[in-house]
Amino acid sequence: MENKNLYKGQTGLWEVVIGMEIHAQAVSKSKLFSGAATEFGADPNTQVSFVDGGFPGMLPVLNAECVNQAIRTGLGMHCSINTFSAFDRKNYFYPDLPNGYQISQFYHPIVGPGKIVIELESGDSKEVGIHHAHLEQDAGKSFHDLDPDKTYIDLNRAGVCLLEIVTDPDMRSVEEAQEFIKKLRTLLRYLGTCDGNMEQGNMRADVNISVRKPGEAYRTRVEVKNVNSIRFIGQAIEYEVQRQIEVYESGGDIIQETRLFDPNKGETRSMRSKEEAKDYRYFPDPDLLPVIVTQEQIEAIRKTLPELPDAKKTRLIETFKLTPYDATVLVGEKENADFYESAISHLTTTEDSPKILANWMTVELFGLLNKFSLSVLESKVSAAQLAELVNLITTDVISGKIAKTVFSEMWETGAGALSIVDAKGLRQVVDESAIAGIIQSVLDANPDHVSEYRSGKDKLFGFFVGQVMKVMEGKGNPGMINSLLKKLLDQK
Amino acid sequence: MSKKLTTLSLSEARDGLNKKDFTSVELTQAFLDRIPTLKELNAYVAVTGDIAITQAKASDDRRSKTGALPLDGLPIAIKDLYCTKGVRTTAASKILSNFIPQYESTVTANLWRDGAVMLGKVNLDEFAMGSANLYSCFGPALSPWKKDGKHLVPGGSSGGSAAAVAAQGALAATASDTGGSIRQPASFCGLTGIKPTYGRCSRYGMVAFASSLDQAGPITRTVRDSAIMLGSMAGYDDKDSTSVNSTVPDYEAMLGKSIRGMKIGIPKEYRMDGMNQDILDSWDRGAQILKDAGAEIIEISLPYTKYALPVYYIMAPAEASSNLARYDGVRYGMRTESADSISDFYEKNRGHFIGPEVKKRILIGTYVLSSSQYDAYYMKAQRLRTKVIEDFENAFKQVDVILTPTTPIPPFIAGEEPKDPLTMYLNDILTVSTNIAGLPGMSVPIGLDRDGLPLGLQLIGPSFEEGRLFQVGQVLEDAAKFPFLFQE
Repeated sequence: MENKNLYKGQTGLWEVVIGMEIHAQAVSKSKLFSGAATEFGADPNTQVSFVDGGFPGMLPVLNAECVNQAIRTGLGMHCSINTFSAFDRKNYFYPDLPNGYQISQFYHPIVGPGKIVIELESGDSKEVGIHHAHLEQDAGKSFHDLDPDKTYIDLNRAGVCLLEIVTDPDMRSVEEAQEFIKKLRTLLRYLGTCDGNMEQGNMRADVNISVRKPGEAYRTRVEVKNVNSIRFIGQAIEYEVQRQIEVYESGGDIIQETRLFDPNKGETRSMRSKEEAKDYRYFPDPDLLPVIVTQEQIEAIRKTLPELPDAKKTRLIETFKLTPYDATVLVGEKENADFYESAISHLTTTEDSPKILANWMTVELFGLLNKFSLSVLESKVSAAQLAELVNLITTDVISGKIAKTVFSEMWETGAGALSIVDAKGLRQVVDESAIAGIIQSVLDANPDHVSEYRSGKDKLFGFFVGQVMKVMEGKGNPGMINSLLKKLLDQK
Repeated sequence: MSKKLTTLSLSEARDGLNKKDFTSVELTQAFLDRIPTLKELNAYVAVTGDIAITQAKASDDRRSKTGALPLDGLPIAIKDLYCTKGVRTTAASKILSNFIPQYESTVTANLWRDGAVMLGKVNLDEFAMGSANLYSCFGPALSPWKKDGKHLVPGGSSGGSAAAVAAQGALAATASDTGGSIRQPASFCGLTGIKPTYGRCSRYGMVAFASSLDQAGPITRTVRDSAIMLGSMAGYDDKDSTSVNSTVPDYEAMLGKSIRGMKIGIPKEYRMDGMNQDILDSWDRGAQILKDAGAEIIEISLPYTKYALPVYYIMAPAEASSNLARYDGVRYGMRTESADSISDFYEKNRGHFIGPEVKKRILIGTYVLSSSQYDAYYMKAQRLRTKVIEDFENAFKQVDVILTPTTPIPPFIAGEEPKDPLTMYLNDILTVSTNIAGLPGMSVPIGLDRDGLPLGLQLIGPSFEEGRLFQVGQVLEDAAKFPFLFQE
């Protein structure tokens, strides 16, 4: 069986093995262990409590909201939830780590094994195992470039709740890695547990990459830190694969190390190797009690889960006969799916309407949204308005072609489809005798073409359709024009 | 006013205020006048006279208008480990010598809520690590007790608390106990001190030494005074996840109750080879006192108790090495003027401004937590800790209270302390097990040794049975008739 994902080296084919650790900032009004706010973009050091600042005698108090978000996320990833979990300290010195330790769940994470299913371009789907997920604190931010001699520190982010989601080393290509992160992001946004905004840093990935000859045991992996976009994940993997193959093929060995991705150069570079790796001296945090959750709590949270992307996609395909592609595009962002379903409720349905609507959304609407960098929530055309437009198409009030003009007008003016159609007199002509009359006048004006057609030049049919439409300013019903034209041309 | 105000016990002073024999301002001023005469003890590291007089005036005012609070107008000293809002809090470490908290510890907040008056902050071993108050950036605190004309050590780490109360420089003092830091200084200075059950007092705003062992408690002249102080200091606090949500009983109401029929355990393992004979005699005397009061004396066994000390000297430094990582000079505290790199910055700050004993414990803690040693030390210590806890659980199936000496040796002269660190660490051998097990322990003065030095006995109770300790402690105190210093 041929595998397109393999890389050709001088010594044969190589396979890449990828696992990821995703740090997702949990949606929560306050931090994991303090009451300080978590809003993005606040002035530096304005969202720092004495607890976050690591002041003497300050103690962490667990924010129950964060625990619920972890459970919610776990359930969304089909994970087991550990009724006993506990917090440990990861000790290391860094100026933006106020306590000199990060509180994390090293020995007993709250979320156990699970999986996420991804869809690939080939049409195949693939399971990526979730090894576990745990709660931990974020660190602050250091600014080394504001002053030649000083480092500035912003502790707003210090203590913010992160969910670290650790996958099994199940991914075998850039596509799989990218689809995984997209799918995870979609899932977290559906669950409302993470905003998934990679640019703002509230979702960050560390990518573990190794290569091997197909069928071999895993070789040494390298951890690439803080790759903060889906595109960079692809670049980092491609770079690492080439680098590692080269090292092996020139007789070298890969050492286990942490590397940093440089987005400007598209390269990774060594941060520190295992030999100089820090000893984090993990031990249970004596300031915090273990987290005990009951089955009842877990079930109560399960009941509040929304319809998740996979289920929604299946339902859209089954209920509305959408293509898997359209369904995937629509469920990718929950807001898009919501827009779609809201528009559906305004359709005066013919059987095809939901498919036509899907097509209009994914092509015309998304086209404009992308052009203006808007989200569907900022769309100039509402769901009800788009449905109205589709209704006009499916009831033959306007043609699909005219609808595009109407749609542009709607986007620019905010007016409804029908009012534009009426104001501009764009209603489709469906009067058979009127259309027949116009056809006849076109035939009369082009006797040469008519005789050429009749002597076998079939291609000229399109020319006649175009002429008729031109006279009718595009408002003729295309089906009627076609059949009448054929009838009249074939008469003699 | 038949007695000098500073010679009063806390409860006597309370009664005097209630009877309007004197005002809080008069009482407070008496202490503020006495404190400067005690300078050589180096008990106080800061005297907050203005605050004290303001609080005393407010107290007198309140008393005349709305009635008195439980500790209304009573001047006390605060171990400089408790963060006090707007008042420098150092933990006797250079690295915090410029630190002024903008928040108040829960324990002190409780005391001020109940009307207490703050005389000042008192000395301790740096970050509460020590048994003689020798390791302080302010220099050692000394006991008012003397031998051959020389001051004894007050014990540690709450040496300043004990010295201040013993010298009548305060009616009472807050202290804290991680391995004996309340009970041992109380014993060395002829005072009562109680370390309550872990979780009884909030640790919020107390500079942490070892989080799973630290507890707040008072050092006072009498058992009654400790009952009054603890009643105010204790209580649930949602800012400390390890504080326990159960109501604080009326400890004073336990005093004077008969102990007839009560079972007192004498753990045979605490009778160690080479133990001071006077201490062994005082132990027997204590047992006899309780027997005479109608209690039953039962020999018990705590087989795992011998592991308590090694467990302690693994767990406490381990937690400390992590707790003290925040003192890096980045956000507050002392810092170097110049550094070549961030490592250099850390090395200079922590190298210059943290004392040698604390450094030693940080090193021990870092070592036992390192990934190659974790299983051999910390994991093993955790397992043994469970055994020590089970030991006590079994014991308390047989007896109501356990009686032991507080320290294996009598207090020693400052400067003549055992030079060998192991011997110094052995000082804690009788007290650490209650910290390991999270149980309440109280030291009550029992008498003097052949050299006239104070000796104390320790009472250990089941969790949250502090009231029982006060009940038994009162019986010991009544019979012991301990000769306090400076009595008139």
